[in-house]
Amino acid sequence: MTLETMPFVRAMNAGLRRAMEEDGRVLLMGEDIGKLGGVFRVTEHLQRDFGEDRVLDTPLAESGIVGTAIGLAMAGFRPVIEIQFDGFVFPAFDQITTQLAKLTNRHEGLLQMPVVIRIPYGGHIGAVEHHQESPEAYFTHTSGLRVVSPSTPNDAYWMIQDAIASNDPVIFMEPKSRYWQKGEVDTERRGAPLHASRVVRKGTDVTLVGHGAMVSVLLQAAAIAEGEGRSCEVIDIRSLSPIDYDPIVESVRQTGRMVWAQEAPGNTSIGGEIAATVSERAFYSLEAPIMRVTGFDTPFPPAKLEGTYLPDADRVLEAVDRAFAY
Amino acid sequence: MRFLEPDGSFAPTPEAEPLRAIVEGLDDATLEQLYRDMAVIRAFDQQATMLQRQGQLALWPPSLGQEAAQVGSARAARAQDTIFPSYREHVVAKIRGVDPVSILALMRGTTHGGWDPADPKNGNTRLYTLVLGTQTLHATGFAMGLNFDGRTATGNPEKDEAVVVYYGDGAASEGDVHEAMVFAASYKTPQLFFLQNNQWAISVPVATQASAPLANRSAGYGIPTMRIDGNDVLASYAASRMYLEEARAGGGPRAIEAVTYRMGAHTTSDDPTKYRTRDEEESWARRDPIARMRAFLENRGASEAFFADVDAEGEALAADARERVVNLPNPDPSSMFANVYSEPHALMDQQAAWLAEYEASFEGDAK
Repeated sequence: MTLETMPFVRAMNAGLRRAMEEDGRVLLMGEDIGKLGGVFRVTEHLQRDFGEDRVLDTPLAESGIVGTAIGLAMAGFRPVIEIQFDGFVFPAFDQITTQLAKLTNRHEGLLQMPVVIRIPYGGHIGAVEHHQESPEAYFTHTSGLRVVSPSTPNDAYWMIQDAIASNDPVIFMEPKSRYWQKGEVDTERRGAPLHASRVVRKGTDVTLVGHGAMVSVLLQAAAIAEGEGRSCEVIDIRSLSPIDYDPIVESVRQTGRMVWAQEAPGNTSIGGEIAATVSERAFYSLEAPIMRVTGFDTPFPPAKLEGTYLPDADRVLEAVDRAFAY
Repeated sequence: MRFLEPDGSFAPTPEAEPLRAIVEGLDDATLEQLYRDMAVIRAFDQQATMLQRQGQLALWPPSLGQEAAQVGSARAARAQDTIFPSYREHVVAKIRGVDPVSILALMRGTTHGGWDPADPKNGNTRLYTLVLGTQTLHATGFAMGLNFDGRTATGNPEKDEAVVVYYGDGAASEGDVHEAMVFAASYKTPQLFFLQNNQWAISVPVATQASAPLANRSAGYGIPTMRIDGNDVLASYAASRMYLEEARAGGGPRAIEAVTYRMGAHTTSDDPTKYRTRDEEESWARRDPIARMRAFLENRGASEAFFADVDAEGEALAADARERVVNLPNPDPSSMFANVYSEPHALMDQQAAWLAEYEASFEGDAK
């Protein structure tokens, strides 16, 4: 076993490096990812080591980046795109949803689209407008895309490699507030499958479910609840499309209660879909409605209000209390 | 830039002089083939319009009037080149080897695609793209790949590859077209941007898209550009051939604005009498690309038998297409789920299974 402790951002870098070493068709594309190594340094030194034909500092045009990546995939490459910030993905929305997502279907399966779009997303970094958003539901609503989000350095290392190996387009949501968190990475033992949910803390009274940066919030809430005599199971869904429901349903059948948490606004979001599906599949086991803790249905507020906007452990516990009121 | 006057007389404009050798090098068989391509597809195109009127197609975008621009550029491309069409390049697809019934299938509603671009018999013709301008970026990315893989600019014209991408005056306003030109210029892609300015984006005239010649735009990105008479098949051929040779040789992207006219509707769903005048239509009818080439060939002594043979080929293609398209089977419902992803996907599996079970529940019911 080769265990190494490193921050999330370096695990990403190591995963990308390994994917590029193992497959010469893997290309990185994005704004400022070469010389600078990306605004978060995820791609640091990769252009130096692999050259300008494999790590492309592209013109500043998101639709252009995704559209040319599609053409490169048609020519047999496996492009991995960095979108600089969550709120900058929308100029590329048309290419992602009408083209990238639909090309395999349009070709009746005769064309594969192995393109990964990395999107640093979410709040907690005190940044300006368009730099703290959680746009994942736009992509989970689009058939033809796979959407995943790692929450730990080990998942970052393995999931980026699995996403690159996928022959379908993958939207790879990177919780940017986790970039500097350290964790153990096992560079020999492959991580959990790309689309598997995972129980990250065992418990018996209530099931807390989320993804990305919210997983650490759920774990904080679980630790506090334990002190108050409540045992929380915590599940990191990891994959937002498709969602691996079995571990969630199995857990809720044991606990009878579930709280979902996300940074994204709640209206018609992933939380609603999960709540509906788990209700259908675990209806007779539920002691309370499934509670959702989400960002408000407002634009992401100015940075000085992000602490109010973003769900924290207290808001999760408040929802747990409501679930126990039934 | 023009070689043929509307009356078919050979009268190169000053801009055409540098390309004169290309045209004068064409033998009779090649010149007749250019005419044949145009006339045969017009017969097919008119049949397709009728098929739509009779309810056999959901929609048809006629290529009527744009045959010269399309045939000249398609015949100038080499076998190893890759073609990114928009959605009206019926004769381009046919010349490259695509079965025209595949295009009808797309418009009938039995498929969103219709052919396999990777199958050699389809001549590297990518699928039609219905969101305007998006294909220009795909073409540029593909051409970047040709550069990265050393599939172009090796000095061997038999092997060096280039890309042709078609778009129109409406699409010229889309941001993707501009971004494609930015990337193409930056990465010096072996690529020809072929703009068919047919004067109308459905009901909106080109004057709304541009207050200066559209050719100025590609030129503004540093891409050498020619503005040609798009109803002169010789102009289209010569310009495309010269530019593709330059692109294959490592010269970077090139652009052509072919000034032509959409003699029919945008698609069978609109009515041009609501937005343009009969005078305008008649003035362009006098510049018909097929009549022009026919007069040119007649002046050179082409035989009546040749023209009769072309007409017969057009009729045969139209009849064959009609016969085959009306007999196309509807796709199986399970095909909806089969190719959304290329690898297994839980939601697709669940929904396909549910639909099969649901449909099976009706078996035995009175119809």
